[in-house]
Amino acid sequence: MNSNILIIIISSAIFYGTPLFFAALGGIFTERSGVLNLGVEGTMLIGGVSGAWACIHIGGSAWFTVTMSILVGALAGGLVSTLLAFLCITLKTNQTVAGLAITIFAGTVGLSSYFANIWEVAKNPVPRPIRTMDLFGLADMPILGPILFRQTSLTYLSWLLAILSTVYLFRTRIGLQLRAVGESPQTADAMGISVIRYRYIHTILGGALAGVGGVFYSLAIVPTWVDGMTKGAGWIAIALVIFGFWRPSLALVGAYLFGGLQSLSSTLKARGVDISGDILDALPFFMTIVVLVLVSSRFAHRRLGAPAALGIPYEREER
Amino acid sequence: MKSPLRLERRLEQPKWLNWAVPLISLAAALVLGAIVLWITGKNPIDVYQRIFERGFAGKRAFSGALEMATPLAFTGLCAAVAFRMGLINIGGEGQFYMGAIGASWVAISLDGTPVGLSIVLSCLAGMLFGSVYSAIVGILRARYNTNEIITSLMMNYLAGILLNYLIFNSKSFWRDPDSPQFPKGKPIADRAAWNTYTVFGIAVPIAFLIAILAGVTIWFLYKRTRFGFEVGVIADSPKAARYAGIRTSSTIVVVMAMSGALAGLGGAADVGNFRGLLDAKGLQMAGYGYTGIVVAALARRNPITTVAVAIFIGGLTKAGYALQGPDFPSGLVGTLQGLILFTAVAGEILIKYRIKLNVRRAGAVTA
Repeated sequence: MNSNILIIIISSAIFYGTPLFFAALGGIFTERSGVLNLGVEGTMLIGGVSGAWACIHIGGSAWFTVTMSILVGALAGGLVSTLLAFLCITLKTNQTVAGLAITIFAGTVGLSSYFANIWEVAKNPVPRPIRTMDLFGLADMPILGPILFRQTSLTYLSWLLAILSTVYLFRTRIGLQLRAVGESPQTADAMGISVIRYRYIHTILGGALAGVGGVFYSLAIVPTWVDGMTKGAGWIAIALVIFGFWRPSLALVGAYLFGGLQSLSSTLKARGVDISGDILDALPFFMTIVVLVLVSSRFAHRRLGAPAALGIPYEREER
Repeated sequence: MKSPLRLERRLEQPKWLNWAVPLISLAAALVLGAIVLWITGKNPIDVYQRIFERGFAGKRAFSGALEMATPLAFTGLCAAVAFRMGLINIGGEGQFYMGAIGASWVAISLDGTPVGLSIVLSCLAGMLFGSVYSAIVGILRARYNTNEIITSLMMNYLAGILLNYLIFNSKSFWRDPDSPQFPKGKPIADRAAWNTYTVFGIAVPIAFLIAILAGVTIWFLYKRTRFGFEVGVIADSPKAARYAGIRTSSTIVVVMAMSGALAGLGGAADVGNFRGLLDAKGLQMAGYGYTGIVVAALARRNPITTVAVAIFIGGLTKAGYALQGPDFPSGLVGTLQGLILFTAVAGEILIKYRIKLNVRRAGAVTA
């Protein structure tokens, strides 16, 4: 019985951790290029509402609708972060404030809620939610089945992405150049790498991934659009980039830990465990602070620090 | 790849830009907002006209603008005080809640104290609760170099959960025992309610006057005292500050505590001057802390301008809530606020740089 609860907790940790991982992976790409995106929360919400809209309006087979919804969410997230890229890269504005502006503009009481209103997506559950699927028919396997083989398509995709992005960042030439842009844009520029282009592409890519994370909320977790439904997940994802030391593999582990914390309250309540929901709800936020303090110690920073040029607009020396 | 725009750093920043740029930013935000409205099939002129009528035109509307401006002035000052030192305190939201919790605790317990004294006591309680809450963020930043943006934001969520616990999920001191079916805050003592004055038919809450006083005080502190000078040095050059022997760590904590005290004062005003109880749901829906960031950015961190800008954003926000309905979707206010923040931050480059088009430069480049 006890091991049963454990399996449920682990498999729902992976379920709830999936959108966190998508957003955090996006953050890793963006920050590796030297751009800080504090607009993840707003970007996720725009992705979520656009995905819900697509799911309602695009017909066809379930697979087609869901795929299109995910793509629309990614597109919307990419568009929102294009705005951020323009502000931060071309106009060289303060990246922190620009990111906050994205979150306020697109956030809970902003454009995402406006769209939800005029598109009327909040009324009913989405017609074709993202469901868990039985991978290789192994879902009923004891212990490992529910954890590894009864997840959603996006979760399987995220595992693939974790591997691909690690290879991309650390084993390809473009990945090396990307890291150079984030560490020392002057050097990268001198090598003939277009700092501006790398930053734009990876900021937009990061936004698209955050958008997919948002779609997971409106199509899989709830699955109905609710204003502000990500409830701080975007901010936790930003913290996950730091906990993961800008590495996809570690971010995946972190995402599942925090996914576990997020799901704990509903999982335990559904099982009739008597425990204060408020304490459990507070846990992810509290733990974010604790872990953030731990990793910002000097040792961790020196060994596995942030991209050196993170948050600094690149200005080519003229003359 | 050549960008069509070229930014050239200004050697001198003309004074007139300081007020012209925020106005240009505001106009640009309204134009962008009109585009959003137009694309989504609304008539922008009609919407803006109604916002103006409900938000600013006439004594009743302006009274409403002042009412909404009061909390925003405090949260705006909260953000501005920290921005000034390069600290990003987006925890104004949570510090506001904590201030409201502290002030309502005092205001419920007060018994027969004179109104003046109860205002002072609830202000002090609000400031204390807000400043302790933000000082935690400051200490983590000063001691462990922990990013204050994320910690202060996480603490907003924690404060929100605490509010829910106090009012909805417990039988706490703050919860009204006479309303077991519909959980709400316990009303404060009659003598603890703050005054509202009527000036030329406009309702001026005393809390708004306190906000003006706070703005002037902060202005004086930053412009005319040694402490303010040191804050400026730390903001401009942390290295220079270290060589000059300025104690950066303790200044971070003090500035964060001040910032939180201002938000907490706003929370006290919310309880004493407006709602008369700890309104867990209303506070979280209002989002004063986040809007305060917009106010501070548009005011370019100047504490006195912050109070003035709060009136404008206050009227806009008030009108947005008043007009909510099928023709006037709820997300519009936040969208406009976000656009204002965009253009305000983009406006900063007009002050720092001269913008040149690369096309024009083609002939002169050989020189």
